[in-house]
Amino acid sequence: MKHPILHPGLNLGPHHGEAHEQAETLAFGFWVFLMSDFIIFGLAFATYVTMANPMGLAGGPGPKEAYDLTSVFAQTIILLSSSLSFGMASLAMRFERGRGAVTFWLSVTLLLGLAFLFLEVRDFAHMIDIGAVPSRSGFLSAFWGLVPLHALHVAAGCLWIMIMIIQMRGFGMISLVKTRIVRLGLFWHFLDLIWIGVFTIVYLGGLAS
Amino acid sequence: MSEMNYQHEVRGYLTGFALALFLTLVPFAFVVWGGFGAVATLIVLGGCALAQFVVQLRFFLHIDLHRQKREDLQLILFSILLLVIMAGGTIWIVGNLGMRMM
Repeated sequence: MKHPILHPGLNLGPHHGEAHEQAETLAFGFWVFLMSDFIIFGLAFATYVTMANPMGLAGGPGPKEAYDLTSVFAQTIILLSSSLSFGMASLAMRFERGRGAVTFWLSVTLLLGLAFLFLEVRDFAHMIDIGAVPSRSGFLSAFWGLVPLHALHVAAGCLWIMIMIIQMRGFGMISLVKTRIVRLGLFWHFLDLIWIGVFTIVYLGGLAS
Repeated sequence: MSEMNYQHEVRGYLTGFALALFLTLVPFAFVVWGGFGAVATLIVLGGCALAQFVVQLRFFLHIDLHRQKREDLQLILFSILLLVIMAGGTIWIVGNLGMRMM
C-alpha cells in the first residue's frame, strides 16, 4: 500500500476514483467539526471533575449509589465491538465486497449501537428512580450534562446508519454514498474515543476516588 | 493482491480491537478488585485510557506519525493543547478554590 493517505479514517483508495479524491476535503472538514466536538466534551469532563467532591455532591447520591458498574462494563464492550464492526463495513466498502456485505456490517453496528443505548437509558431510568436527577446537586448536573450528551451522539449515529442503509439501497454505491459512509465512520470511531473518557473518568474515576 | 490486502487490513482492526479490549479490562479489574489505594488506581486508569486513545487513533482512525498528511494529527494536537489550557485550568482553579473553602 504505497498510495498516499489523504484523510483520517479508512481511505477508499485510488481505485474508487472520484469518491477517493472528494473524500479528502470532505473528511478533513468533518474532522474539524469532530475536534470542536472534542473540545465540548473535554470541558464537560473538566466540569465533572471539579464537581466530583463532597461539596459538589451536596449530600445527594454519589457514584457508589448511582452507578452500576456491570452495566457500564457491558456498554463499554458493546461500543468497542461496534467500532470493530464498523471497521469491517469500511473494509467491505473499500475492497468492494458488494452492497450486501456493507449493509450487513452496518446493520451489526446499528444493533450494537441500539443495545448500548438500551442499557444506558435503563441506567438513567434507575438514577431517576433513586432521586439522582440533574437538579439534585452540582455533581449530578455535571453527570447529566456529559453522559447523555454522548448518548445523544450515539443516537444520532444510529439514525445516520439507518439513513445510509436506505441510501445504499436507493442510490447504489455511488460516490456521494461512499464519502458519507467515510464520514459516518469517523463519527462512530470518535464516539468510542469519547467513551474511553466517559468510562475512565466518570465511572471508574468516580468509584475509585 | 486485493485479497491479501483485505486480510492484512482485517488483521489490523482485530489487533486494535484486542489491544483496546485489554486496555479496557485492566482498569475495570483494578477498580472491581481494588485495594491498591486511590492514587495508584488513578494512575493505572489514566495510563490505560491514554494508551487506548492512541490505539484507537492508530488502528481505527488510521492516524499515526508515519503518514504524508500531518494536518489531521496537528489538528488533534492543537485541540489537545486547547483542552490542556481550558480543562486543566478549570480543574486547577476550581480545585484550588474548593480547597480554600474546606
